[in-house]
Amino acid sequence: MLQLISLLMENKPGALMRVTGLLTARGYNIESLSVARTLDPELSRMSIVVEVEPPQRAQLIKQMNKLINVLQAVDLTEAAAVRRELALVRVRVSRENRTVILKEAEIFGARPVDSSLDGFALEVTGDPEKIDEFIAVMGAYGEIEVTRSGLVAVSLEAKKPRLSPPVLKEEGIAQNA
Amino acid sequence: MLNGAQIVLECLRREKVECIFGYPGGVTLPLYDAMYDSPIRHVLVRHEQNACFAAEGWARATGRVGVCCATSGPGATNLVTGLVDAMMDSIPVVAITGQVPTRLIGSDAFQEADTFGITRSCTKHNFLVKTLADLPQAIHEAFHIAATGRPGPVLVDIPKDVFQARGRYAPVSSIHLPGYKVVTEGHAGQIRRAAQMIWEAKRPLVYAGGGIIAAGASEELRAFVEQVDAPAVCTLMALGALPGSHPNFVSMPGMHGSYAANMSMSEADLLIALGTRFDDRVTGKLSGFAPHAKVIHVDIDPAEIGKNRAADLPIVGDAKRVLRKLNQALADSAELKPLNEAARAAWRERVGEWKRRHPLEPEFSSEEIKPQHLISEMDRISGGEAIVASDVGQHQMWAAQLMRFNHPRLWINSGGLGSMGFGLPAAIGAQMARPDALVFALLGDGGFQMSIPELATIANERLPVKIIVMNNGHLGMVRQWQALFYHNRLSQVTLEGFPDPEKLAGAYGLPGRMVEAPGELRRALRECVEEPGPYLLNVRVSPFENVYPMVPAGAAITEMVLAPPQPVEAT
Repeated sequence: MLQLISLLMENKPGALMRVTGLLTARGYNIESLSVARTLDPELSRMSIVVEVEPPQRAQLIKQMNKLINVLQAVDLTEAAAVRRELALVRVRVSRENRTVILKEAEIFGARPVDSSLDGFALEVTGDPEKIDEFIAVMGAYGEIEVTRSGLVAVSLEAKKPRLSPPVLKEEGIAQNA
Repeated sequence: MLNGAQIVLECLRREKVECIFGYPGGVTLPLYDAMYDSPIRHVLVRHEQNACFAAEGWARATGRVGVCCATSGPGATNLVTGLVDAMMDSIPVVAITGQVPTRLIGSDAFQEADTFGITRSCTKHNFLVKTLADLPQAIHEAFHIAATGRPGPVLVDIPKDVFQARGRYAPVSSIHLPGYKVVTEGHAGQIRRAAQMIWEAKRPLVYAGGGIIAAGASEELRAFVEQVDAPAVCTLMALGALPGSHPNFVSMPGMHGSYAANMSMSEADLLIALGTRFDDRVTGKLSGFAPHAKVIHVDIDPAEIGKNRAADLPIVGDAKRVLRKLNQALADSAELKPLNEAARAAWRERVGEWKRRHPLEPEFSSEEIKPQHLISEMDRISGGEAIVASDVGQHQMWAAQLMRFNHPRLWINSGGLGSMGFGLPAAIGAQMARPDALVFALLGDGGFQMSIPELATIANERLPVKIIVMNNGHLGMVRQWQALFYHNRLSQVTLEGFPDPEKLAGAYGLPGRMVEAPGELRRALRECVEEPGPYLLNVRVSPFENVYPMVPAGAAITEMVLAPPQPVEAT
């Protein structure tokens, strides 16, 4: 079963490794992962799709929230959220099929981003099922090459991350706490 | 102006570090040069693994952060076992490692290893400090993270050029880790509900873990146990959390726990789990564990709650603070106390009956020294007051069963990871922290042979550690499993060629001897303890003794084997 996790994390070296390390340490396979910085350049937003059985999901979210670089980990698997993926598809087509391809692309809301005598490069966005269908259709017309972005998601319920305030540092405070 | 190495030491001074356990090398040369002028004491161990174990020993004996130090590459990789050990037992340790100069990182430079990557999963958090400006913050954050919340090891990897760079030290006034969420207080409503559940219980059992020791909550635990007047088991990590002589103390539960402890777990209708993580060595088969009990689970780490056993009432918080409030809540609701008092009295009587019927008792023989005999003699000398730093194996289990610990932080052992070779360096750390305490290093002949080089450290530092080798000539615990579950096919568990202890100790300038006659044991131990300095006592014990009770792996904890059985099929 696939779990969709959205993470807000510090944009720091090693932060990604800590998250993926949690998954590999448990033998989970990552289906897709996408990460980029947020409006605040010191933070990144990561969307992960990973194969996790339902009983382990809450535990995984808790473990991710324990990571010091992670500000918030949320399970969006069954939450109200918009899920999108982008795919770039290069399709080689014969001259006679060129217009048909463009018509098909239009149905999927895909648009050509490059055109050559050999064929097109097409850009499509949507939920993963739609991308799957588009790729299947294009594959029927000729040889294709596909790059997918992996799923990105945004929750429809605003859930403010709980952030820890700065702690005043007195000499030896940590040791005697 | 200071250099990076001096800034590191200034940060350590501000963290009130008294002692570093370490081993120098190429890229830590600047640090060791700065140490030449530093008041902080450095103990030169003989292997980096033991630097980390010794730092753990210090931390376990004091509750303060232990510090170890190693060079890049092999120095850092040698720390790994100690870091995982500290991680598993939630011990606050800060490890400082040298790294090759920043311009060489990633070039397969001499003694380069990806320490930051390798130790990611071995630490609570780690840092690779690439500029001098980041250095003080990283060190202070490391101490903060190691010591607060659920404690653990933190590693700071520092390239040589950062040690050498010069700059001004600006004191760090605050730590800002927005993603580091520590909940200490405990939810007031949940605590009130807990008090109610406790008064309503007919067969309550306190199940105390290492979190009590980490939180310094022994006093609160004792008050709690007495207020509720419930029987209490302490896990391997919590021995001493409640005095071993306390009337409510039922000993250790689990794989080698007592009959009374395991039966109490299984018959209780309420488990009050305090700072404990339902480890597999405690629960046995989870589906058969405490089948009649509701669970109140108090832990500072929210990820522990519900991980292995669902909690009916979770409380996230620091054990000390939660217990204080819980004690108050119990006092405030004392009118409920008589509710099931009769049932609770019957329950106490029942647990007492289990204790009387199946006590943990040493065995004696007139022909050979039984291992339990050795432990009981050590216990006589200790009187519940000595520090015992144990290695891993049968001797550890016998000591956990039979020794009394009247205070926390006396029993020092590698619980979660079970690292052989832990005992002797941990004893070094504990003795450094408590120079006037009687410190036993209780070792098997296997673990001792993993740490013999540290005899030099003990000799150099003149540490009066009493090294007791329980020598059965075998890797006893593995042999026990081979005997019980592998048709007694003893494969690679016989340790022949143990050195002559007198000559071995003598080679390091220490006194040492062997004892094998049961009648001589008491006198030999007394001589060992009365010697003002270190002493190596090699005790030849019966070679084929097994630890009982024993719960076979995968069985429920009520399926105890109480005495030498017929061989059982492997499961």
